Amino acid sequence: MEDITLTVNGTDHELSVEPRTLLIHALRDEMGYTGPNVGCESSMCGACTVHVDGRAVKACTELAVRAEGSEITTIEDLGEEGDLHPLQKSFQEEHGLQCGYCTPGMVMTAAEFLEEEPDPSREEIREALEGNLCRCTGYQNIVNAVESAAAEMSAAVEPATDGGTVRDDGATADDGAPVESGGD
Amino acid sequence: MTTERPLTTERPSRAGVTEMATDESSADVRSEGVQTVDADDVDAAEILGSAVERREDPSLLTGDAEYTDDIQLPEMAHMAIVRSQHAHARIEGVDTSAAAEMPGVVGVYTAEDLDVSGNVPTAWELDDLREVDHPLLAEDVVRYQGDALAVVVAEERYQAHDAADAVGVEYDRLDAVVDPGDALGDDAPVLHDEEDNTAFTWEIGDADETDAAFADADRVVELDVTNQLLIPNAMEPRATVADYEPGDDELEVHMTSQNPHVHRLLMSGVIDHPEHKLRINAPDVGGGFGSKIHHYPDEALVAWAAKRLERPVKWQATRTETYLTDAQGRGHETHGEIAVDDDGAIRGLRIDTAANMGAYLSTFAPAVPTYLYGTLTSGQYAIPSIHCEVTGAFTNVPPVDAYRGAGRPEASFIVERLVNRAAAALDMDPAEFRRQNFVDSDDFPYETPVALEYDSGDYEKTLDRALEMVDYDAFRERQEEARAEGNYLGIGFSCYIEACGLAPSELVGQLGARAGLWESGLVRFTPTGTVRAMCGTSGHGQGHDTTYAQVVANELGVDYDDVEVVEGDTDAIPQGMGTYGSRSAAVGGSALVKSAKEVVEKARKIAAHQLEASPDDVEFEDGEFHVAGAPDRSMAIGDVALEAYLAHDLPDDVDPGLEATAFYDPDNFVYPFGTHVAIVEVDPDTGEVEFENYVAVDDVGNQINPKIVEGQIHGGVAQGVGQALYEGAEYDENGQLTTGSMQDYAVPKSMHIPDMETDSTVTPSPVNPLGVKGVGEAGTIAAPQAVVNAVVDALEPFDVEHIEMPLTNERVWQAAHGDGGEN
Repeated sequence: MEDITLTVNGTDHELSVEPRTLLIHALRDEMGYTGPNVGCESSMCGACTVHVDGRAVKACTELAVRAEGSEITTIEDLGEEGDLHPLQKSFQEEHGLQCGYCTPGMVMTAAEFLEEEPDPSREEIREALEGNLCRCTGYQNIVNAVESAAAEMSAAVEPATDGGTVRDDGATADDGAPVESGGD
Repeated sequence: MTTERPLTTERPSRAGVTEMATDESSADVRSEGVQTVDADDVDAAEILGSAVERREDPSLLTGDAEYTDDIQLPEMAHMAIVRSQHAHARIEGVDTSAAAEMPGVVGVYTAEDLDVSGNVPTAWELDDLREVDHPLLAEDVVRYQGDALAVVVAEERYQAHDAADAVGVEYDRLDAVVDPGDALGDDAPVLHDEEDNTAFTWEIGDADETDAAFADADRVVELDVTNQLLIPNAMEPRATVADYEPGDDELEVHMTSQNPHVHRLLMSGVIDHPEHKLRINAPDVGGGFGSKIHHYPDEALVAWAAKRLERPVKWQATRTETYLTDAQGRGHETHGEIAVDDDGAIRGLRIDTAANMGAYLSTFAPAVPTYLYGTLTSGQYAIPSIHCEVTGAFTNVPPVDAYRGAGRPEASFIVERLVNRAAAALDMDPAEFRRQNFVDSDDFPYETPVALEYDSGDYEKTLDRALEMVDYDAFRERQEEARAEGNYLGIGFSCYIEACGLAPSELVGQLGARAGLWESGLVRFTPTGTVRAMCGTSGHGQGHDTTYAQVVANELGVDYDDVEVVEGDTDAIPQGMGTYGSRSAAVGGSALVKSAKEVVEKARKIAAHQLEASPDDVEFEDGEFHVAGAPDRSMAIGDVALEAYLAHDLPDDVDPGLEATAFYDPDNFVYPFGTHVAIVEVDPDTGEVEFENYVAVDDVGNQINPKIVEGQIHGGVAQGVGQALYEGAEYDENGQLTTGSMQDYAVPKSMHIPDMETDSTVTPSPVNPLGVKGVGEAGTIAAPQAVVNAVVDALEPFDVEHIEMPLTNERVWQAAHGDGGEN
């Protein structure tokens, strides 16, 4: 057994795991973070996606011991009922989930993506979500949700006076992209 | 069947993989969809029919949801299942000795340890159905790769899997057969102790009359199609947690179920546990698509092991187990013929199908390629005579049963492909040929030659709207121009019908169901005027908590937020038949309406008593009872609830309490319909298929929540597009699954599914009080033939008549290069 320390959603956890223990099982079975789900045990479906030191990682193919000392964020820490993250809000508003099993991973992947690309095209959103499978929605409303959240988050960062949103590069997004979810 | 593997799901942008995004010009423009509203912003009188945001979402979005594998119980052990490596073999021996010595192992069990009847039942009979034994654990012979042989229970998850690997099995391999046509051949290896692999033969329609129509018709068009085997792939693999209390003999089973009461009934027989001491609870369930209807051996084995060990036991299927053991869908080999006159009238239809049943008869399997298939072969058309015969075949693949659509996609596919080919043969426009043969909107209810009575419909309306949305005339001009430049655009129509809302119990009883298909609802006021509504359906992604609350709030005139919906627990809900066959709104929703109406009638008596009026003079409107002609003499239904529970002053003939349990049994199926149109561009040099547009116009009757309807259409179409272009369970000649992972079986990714334009018409169903028709399966039923018809249309200059699904680049290329796609 190996003794490791993981910081999950801001809380330090010391635990003993087998060298082969997968991060997802350490999170779910040892520490009780059952938000991320196991869908395929092979990195294909992305239901298990969490952030490890800020990067979206498929926890079903990551060893817990390799995450030693890491800061891990799961869906449980992204927002909570009454204070949802813009992505969580937009997934609800756009009906971007049905059974919800893929959703924690889908949202965590999208959250990392929007950090890197705050103003993505629909095509870029589809590419970014390529590693997360959903069997229920047909993806269209997921793409809508990510698009809406991007607009919402950009607007929140720096509201512009002309109805557009000012991005980091100073350009104004006035290309018809929805600024408020549900308003387009 | 082909030996070709479907496309990998690995990075679709790589060469050789079909690009499925919409074309660049439209890819970045969002299609206008239904806008959701916050329930707080909806007037109470408008709640039914509003696209309110789903109330189940916050829990699912924050990780608070509880799926089966999230359940942790004290002293819980873990189970793993030892499965056959071979598709067909005699078992020479199972050696559990090494496994039993492994760390943490608390039990290893084989067939001889099972002290229960342990035969997995079939819930549907046909006249000459061969019912074969389906033991929980194989004893002498394994009949598909994945057939269960032994179970291991250990303290920890990994220990159970380690020990399962250590169980030694000695096999004497037998020849395997995977395709139904082959299985019915004279030389096929026979699976069961029978003379051949015939599971049943079945027919519907008048053969002689149909033969006469064919003899008399101007022209006959034929087509052979394979409707390939599909693997459902719900994102949550099946799982079970069972807990047994020996003191009172209570057995609790938390499991991934679409129908907990059905599972309770069947499991009680399989493991010899009294039904009234068995609780089945479906917690949050991560999708089903049919795969969680059936009674498999696995969940019963968990329950049995928990009882045997007197401690909680968990089993969580791996994705590999999902591929190997979830009941598969489709699996038809069909010869179809359509007889037409030169003026475009359809005279008759003749269909002969070999249906793959897999190794054993799964729960509802006999109904799927028969009463859910042959009865739907009239499509949207007034066809004077139809004959359909089906032979079910045992093969060395997992049991085949209901997968989203279940028989109806297969029917719609052969009908719409034949119709398309007939139009081409007559050199008629495919849309106008369909229109000419539609059942006229004045002819409903319409009786088909294959035993159904369509409830209501207006087929031209969805066709016209779809033609308008794709700007059909302009498209044909563009297509012409594009062809001149060597670009191949194609348009494909699918005018589909389905039978939903399973089902009138008396009717299905006559057809062989060993169950009634009513639904039950319980509506209960609390003394404080809030409401708990319980239904025997069991949602697993469909948003029932939201839609049922809309239905009940509307009936009772109470606030939407004051209605709590409970499903999925046999201890909480009186009875139920579950969620499948697009039945929940039509049958379950109607049961809740019936319960709510009974509650209102009881409340009316109490209110009349309180208001000192005759019940006949008390009217109910927007949650208030008032005396006719005296609106100020009124009482809110919530206040009536308090009086009902105080019971200090009730009418003589009224008992305390305010609740009602109702059983609703529909008079007929309901018949959603619609027109889906795919527009694609095909590159004959690479075989790539690219969507330019996908338009879906559906009529699902009244809509309780249009956003949820839209979501069901989107998801259904995605699965239909998956069948058309990507998916297929493939086996080698030994019966080994060669598409046994998400690497090899192409569940569509975000890049594979086009943005869709959806719209609807509304033709209420007269069958149920909500006027709803069901929407869960529509997209999956409609989409495959829309896509295939589009690709065939695009390749019309190459004289392509048919391409087998999935339309991989290779098959499309082959078709364009002269072998007609029959590779």
